[in-house]
Amino acid sequence: MNPWSFVMAAYAVALTATVGLLLWAYVSMRKAEAAADELKRK
Amino acid sequence: MHRFANPARFLKIARPATAWLLGVGLVLTTFALAAGLALTPPDYLQGETVRIMYVHVPAAWLGMAGWAGIAAASISQLVWRHPLAAVAGRATAPAGATFAAICLITGSIWGRPTWGTWWEWDGRLTSMLILFFLYLGYIGLAGAEKERGGEGRLAALFGLVGAINLPIIHYSVLWWRTLHQGQSLSLEGSTIAFSIVWPLLLSALGFTCIFGAAVLMRMRAELAEVKLEARMRRAAAE
Repeated sequence: MNPWSFVMAAYAVALTATVGLLLWAYVSMRKAEAAADELKRK
Repeated sequence: MHRFANPARFLKIARPATAWLLGVGLVLTTFALAAGLALTPPDYLQGETVRIMYVHVPAAWLGMAGWAGIAAASISQLVWRHPLAAVAGRATAPAGATFAAICLITGSIWGRPTWGTWWEWDGRLTSMLILFFLYLGYIGLAGAEKERGGEGRLAALFGLVGAINLPIIHYSVLWWRTLHQGQSLSLEGSTIAFSIVWPLLLSALGFTCIFGAAVLMRMRAELAEVKLEARMRRAAAE
């Protein structure tokens, strides 16, 4: 068993999930804030 | 805490704080994880697989810290009726669930070469899995209450009751000595050599900043949605 394949798999899982969480949080925030600002301008 | 009860005042602080936490978190985490891969020696017993610690341990801490945050928000909501408490609870849950999941998956990956198994119904592993399910339950309950226009008191109660699992997770390695190793790091000191442990402290700090940024972004999204709904209601009434 090559230990590096386990290390890399663990890093890949952690980074993918963290980046996914950040992207989802960022996109939902930008969308909601843009929609609120848009309605304010109308 | 009630100084931040006004959403406008909260947002004035949250906007720059989000950017700072995200920037510092990304820099610290990237450096710590690279250092954990390249600059630290392998462990005398576990060899190279010890490097999984740099993602697994911060994820475990943040999975637990997230629920502690939910419990604090729940008390704040039930006792002091803080207007942002329910928002904070709902915003913390997805980040906490994500880190609890990272902890479970990376722990399983670590377990295969170290213990020879992907999973064991060990006290620590099982209580962590329960925490992940508690997160899913909280997200479902808080979301349903919000949709029905409720104040989120049921979710707050659930958040408080679920906190009973935190000391169980913490002491599980003492109460049920099965597969998971005992505590290596505490406020009193560390049983891990400094040459191996220093990137862990940096990655924990970095992931904590990222966690904080994710929670603030979710809180800002929730507050913008509330504002949007209020404006739409006002527009419909005019």
